[in-house]
Amino acid sequence: MKIIACIKQVPDSEAKVKAENGQVTWGDAPLVINPFDEYAVEGALQQKEALGGTVTALCIGPESAREALKHALAMGADEAVLVSDAALGALDTVGAARVLAAAINKIGGADMVMFGRQTLDDGSGVTAAQTARLLGWPMLGLVGHIKVEDRNVQVSRVIEEGRQNVSAKLPAVLSLVQSIGEPRYPSFMGIRKASKAEIPVWSLNDLGVGAPASIVTRAELITPPSREVTCEIIAGESPAEIADKLADKILAEKVL
Amino acid sequence: MKTFVYIDHFKGQVQPASWEALGVAKSLGEASAVIFGSGVDALAKAAFEFGADEVLVADDAALTDYRAEAYASTLSALASARTPDLILLPTTTRTREMAAMAAVDLNTGVLIDLTGLALEGDKLVATRPIYEGKLYEKAVCSGKPVIATLRGRAFPRPAQDASRSGSAAKIEAKAESPVTVEGYDVAEQAVSVADAGVVVSGGRGISNNPSLTPPAGMDEKQAEVWRAQQGFALVTDLANVLGGAVGASRAAVDGGYIPYSHQVGQTGKVITPDLYIACGISGAIQHLVGMRNAKLIVAINKDAEAPIFKQAHYGVVGDLFQIVPALTEAFKKKLGK
Ligand SMILES: Cc1cc2nc3c(=O)[nH]c(=O)nc-3n(C[C@H](O)[C@H](O)[C@H](O)COP(=O)(O)OP(=O)(O)OC[C@H]3O[C@@H](n4cnc5c(N)ncnc54)[C@H](O)[C@@H]3O)c2cc1C
Ligand SMILES: Nc1ncnc2c1ncn2[C@@H]1O[C@H](COP(=O)(O)O)[C@@H](O)[C@H]1O
Repeated sequence: MKIIACIKQVPDSEAKVKAENGQVTWGDAPLVINPFDEYAVEGALQQKEALGGTVTALCIGPESAREALKHALAMGADEAVLVSDAALGALDTVGAARVLAAAINKIGGADMVMFGRQTLDDGSGVTAAQTARLLGWPMLGLVGHIKVEDRNVQVSRVIEEGRQNVSAKLPAVLSLVQSIGEPRYPSFMGIRKASKAEIPVWSLNDLGVGAPASIVTRAELITPPSREVTCEIIAGESPAEIADKLADKILAEKVL
Repeated sequence: MKTFVYIDHFKGQVQPASWEALGVAKSLGEASAVIFGSGVDALAKAAFEFGADEVLVADDAALTDYRAEAYASTLSALASARTPDLILLPTTTRTREMAAMAAVDLNTGVLIDLTGLALEGDKLVATRPIYEGKLYEKAVCSGKPVIATLRGRAFPRPAQDASRSGSAAKIEAKAESPVTVEGYDVAEQAVSVADAGVVVSGGRGISNNPSLTPPAGMDEKQAEVWRAQQGFALVTDLANVLGGAVGASRAAVDGGYIPYSHQVGQTGKVITPDLYIACGISGAIQHLVGMRNAKLIVAINKDAEAPIFKQAHYGVVGDLFQIVPALTEAFKKKLGK
């Protein structure tokens, strides 16, 4: 089984993200592997363990995104590839999907390509479906459980109403969600291996594609008005009295 | 402006944000509702009642089950033939995929989970949250049609007018898909957390009621889950009285207390109900990003120092097993239920 996990690097959740001179900044908060993409790596490793094979982590990003790939290697991925090119500005999702599809083809022979559900920066949760469309492979989105038998993959998809169980022939594109299982922590051995790993950097030229035009562009950044909340603690002699007061307060807010 | 509005449904149950999208389309010009499935006459009727000028239906047994490839191809073929300026969809698990794929087919772009959409000059300008809602961006799409999904409850819902009617036009299904649907495990949740006006959530605290004695023969983990289920029963009672949905923290989901579809937060759903009541939830940042834009936030927690109180408008420092049922009773009385 040859499995590719697509990962992106994003500012940590705890970062104070701000707009400054029309740019997004997050001070000195660390950049991390997109938390959802850890599930992509975890799911890929689970399938490798069940079926044998290799896991390749793939990322489009600047040089600094190596660190996210090293995290995937430390978790247990066998190889990593960074796609980096000065010509890649702000990619829209279709643009990212075109570059990923080209890289997946260059890696070659993939049976499954795992994605995260969404990137936490300005992500839209659409790149997996767009990559699948470009490759012409089945899209199995929001998967919480995977079973591969022969060349058939059966998955359970988490939808609003519960779960939809579907199957398809490999190769396929999957996006994975939390039910796949907690992402494993990098092991000591893994971290050592990752620190020594050679990570090839591919340019657009290497992929044989031009820089995709951005059809969707950002016109403006807006800082939402800060929410100054002061919490009014409702107290009373008994639960019934507290509940009565609280219900009145809620009703007075006219939110029901 | 000519807009197609995709009416998203599951077995005939419409995601209400579809009607909100129809309202936005009407405000921009001519609105055609687009419906895929089999036996969807009732939906076509409702679409007219919610204001559609035209209803286009691909009614085909092969579209009974949602499959991304088939639905996207049907939508792309329709858009190629009839060249709308804009395709609007409510944001759901299905429409993200359909919109994504249709954008590839039609060589255009896609704008996801909008909280605002306005015509500025002749340009459609979309507003959407980014970085987990820490910022918003205004974005434009230079392709045609513009494809956009709208966040539920971000736009007003048009009134349903039973006197409006019309006859739906049939369109062709492009039902090919490499995916086979085997079946469903459908949770019995009545209202989904994503589009509920009121969400009552339980966290790890929901299992913390030592005074409950679990049935004999349970090991420790089973007893914990059993206790949590008693807690969630109280949360569900409150949600029912308020006509709302039940949410959960990740700790509650990971503990096996409740399915993942209820999870609110970074790796769950990001929601903006009018009222959010957090019961036994500490208020970790990953939970807060999922609910902090709710209009009114109420926290019930026995720890006065819990960070959730920093985000809440009203708080009760106390045992949820006492406060939640009392609150249910209070609302029953005050709402005449
Ligand atoms: C990458 C990543 C993604 C994550 N995504 C999410 C996400 O999507 N959603 C999410 O929720 N979390 C998420 N988390 C987890 C998050 O960090 C917290 O661990 C989680 O939210 C804690 O859940 P909790 O508040 O229910 O539990 P706890 O933090 O354990 O809090 C339980 C609370 O219940 C109170 N309590 C106990 N007993 C009672 C009682 N009888 N009555 C009243 N109060 C009581 C306690 O005082 C305490 O405050 C994520 C974490 C990571 C690292
Ligand atoms: N720059 C990137 N490099 C590698 N994978 C990416 C990149 N951007 C997005 N992805 C993948 O696509 C998924 C969805 O991203 P998005 O559609 O941007 O929310 C992510 O969870 C990743 O798995």
